[in-house]
Amino acid sequence: MSIFVDSNSRIVVQGITGSEGSFHSRQCREYGTQIVAGVTPGKGGMTFDDDVPIFNTVLEAVEATGADVSLIFVPPPFAADAVMEAADAGVRLAICITEGVPTLDMVDVVGYCNARGTRLIGPNCPGVITPGECKVGIMPGFVHKEGRVGVISRSGTLTYEAVDQLTRVGLGQSTCIGIGGDPVIGTTHRDCLERFAEDENTDAVVMIGEIGGSGEEEAAAYIADDYPLPVIAFIAGQTAPPGKRMGHAGAIIAAGKGTAAEKMKALAAAGAHVVESPSEIGAKVLEVLGE
Amino acid sequence: MKLHEYQSKALLRARGVVVPDGYVASSADEAREAAAKLFAAGSARVAVKAQVHAGGRGKGGGIKFASSAEEAGEMAGAMLGTQLVTPQTDAEGVPVNLVYIEGGADIANELYVALTLDRSTRCPVVIASSEGGMDIEEVADTNPDAILREHCAPGWGLRPFQATRLAYKLGLSGKAARGVAATMIKLADAYRELDASMAEINPLVITGDDGVVALDAKFDIDDNALYRHPDLAELYDTSEEELLELEAAQHNLSYVTLDGTVGCMVNGAGLAMGTMDEISNAGGFPANFLDVGGGASVERVASAFRILMKGERVSAVLINIFGGIVRCDRVAKGVIEALGTVEVDVPVVVRLQGTNAEEGRAILRDSDLEFIVAETLRDAAEKAVAAARGQAEA
Repeated sequence: MSIFVDSNSRIVVQGITGSEGSFHSRQCREYGTQIVAGVTPGKGGMTFDDDVPIFNTVLEAVEATGADVSLIFVPPPFAADAVMEAADAGVRLAICITEGVPTLDMVDVVGYCNARGTRLIGPNCPGVITPGECKVGIMPGFVHKEGRVGVISRSGTLTYEAVDQLTRVGLGQSTCIGIGGDPVIGTTHRDCLERFAEDENTDAVVMIGEIGGSGEEEAAAYIADDYPLPVIAFIAGQTAPPGKRMGHAGAIIAAGKGTAAEKMKALAAAGAHVVESPSEIGAKVLEVLGE
Repeated sequence: MKLHEYQSKALLRARGVVVPDGYVASSADEAREAAAKLFAAGSARVAVKAQVHAGGRGKGGGIKFASSAEEAGEMAGAMLGTQLVTPQTDAEGVPVNLVYIEGGADIANELYVALTLDRSTRCPVVIASSEGGMDIEEVADTNPDAILREHCAPGWGLRPFQATRLAYKLGLSGKAARGVAATMIKLADAYRELDASMAEINPLVITGDDGVVALDAKFDIDDNALYRHPDLAELYDTSEEELLELEAAQHNLSYVTLDGTVGCMVNGAGLAMGTMDEISNAGGFPANFLDVGGGASVERVASAFRILMKGERVSAVLINIFGGIVRCDRVAKGVIEALGTVEVDVPVVVRLQGTNAEEGRAILRDSDLEFIVAETLRDAAEKAVAAARGQAEA
């Protein structure tokens, strides 16, 4: 078991003929992911790598192939519309990799997805992987391993680092979700924690947060209320100065709020195992699960 | 991207918000002429306001009042060309290159109105307070009940009933309530149309005859939306920005100057922050944040080195690359190639992990250049901190 995606997930890739879209679609397929359709307006009727049908619209792709998950590699000016198109076509999950989408676009898109019952993950995220079953994103598949630790993160490479540590200490992962580094994202730390709590094949959750916003504090409030799984947390940006955006659009300490210290304090008070060093994530999970 | 007061007011004026008459001046003479025009038009006194992005200008001496054109010119002359230090700047302050000369308003009541993003509800929110003219964070700390909020539903914006509700909750009635509600709707529309991340009028003044005037205003525009606002992008005043941060931005690199000694170059923002934290855990402090991007190509690594080495305090460099899609052997070759074009006279610690990491490390070890090769992030941080110390002592 896993959350969000598994070996039965049928993926449509929006922007499959672009350089990012085509490269990562191939990587996903090599991993064993079922990419059943691509969408590029104007290229309907063609095929990708000789066997994936391309459609002009997501609706056609969904109707023809039964795709239930969309992976989106569409440039920022068109990304919001692409997510809405996916939601309107009825996919249950839309994963938007695109970085640089205007924030107010996402405000409306999140509302639109909620109204249609489509879960959005991202934008500005590496995607979701259920090791051994399905990779829907840009993460390197080989660092992952099948197992029972759930991973939630706002970052890309820092997640790979954490996953690599887990794999090296012999702990596989149930599902790893990059929720994205933007101020407005479709799926939060808390949403993922809720799903992991219902997953009988997840024994512990690694939560990687960073400065900015209050998603980690909201997750902490949720964990504090008898969360059934151990949570191991790291917050990046303990040394970040206030008022400066640290790479991610959402990583900024604004008006003194959203510091790593506050988030670590809230998580520790909620009973999470908070590590100060990103090098200690794997070892800490091993220690907690060994208890 | 922050806009100045005069720019923000021009945007508001174009949307029908009443703002006092005013002129931008870059010299004492221009300021004197501007003030003379305002006095001739009936102003009893004029304000001379430093145009800087930082808040708290009044407390820092960046807002003065003159009762003659001559005096306005002198005040402007004393302000221009100096560094203004406010509670929101560092000790160095920010340069004052422009002043805004503005007519006064007949103030009966001062309010606070702003739009910003409420990240937890994922909606824009209007924040209003009857404590105008004050720093809103201070009000939030000392008198949180004085802060009123209305969320803008996605796709709907601020509805008239919400604006009216806010106006009445602020204790207003009649013409003043109608005027404030209308101004809030215009501000909310501007926030949306301009892709702002923050739009603030503080104070929003009620005049003696129940008119409504925006006495100070500022906008912050979402950088990711500037592609569809070329007119706003032209308003960008870079004079308060760090030169290295600007240079990095031109190369599409995300860079922030910090005050430690270990320069770092990392692929990915989260890992870059994590690397900074690990340097601190190892007893040092990072000289910068630098995200070379997930790909870490030769060109980007070379530009990153160039910018990094301009940091004055850099006494060691830590390169931390997690090779996912990008292969570490290619990154290693890129680092060697980049070092052929940039002079780096401090120890370089390289940590490669992920795809082809061992091959990458071998390439570094076999090169003619001297690298300190590390395997884990902790090992890398400790070696970089030790190298920076050694360099500082040498």
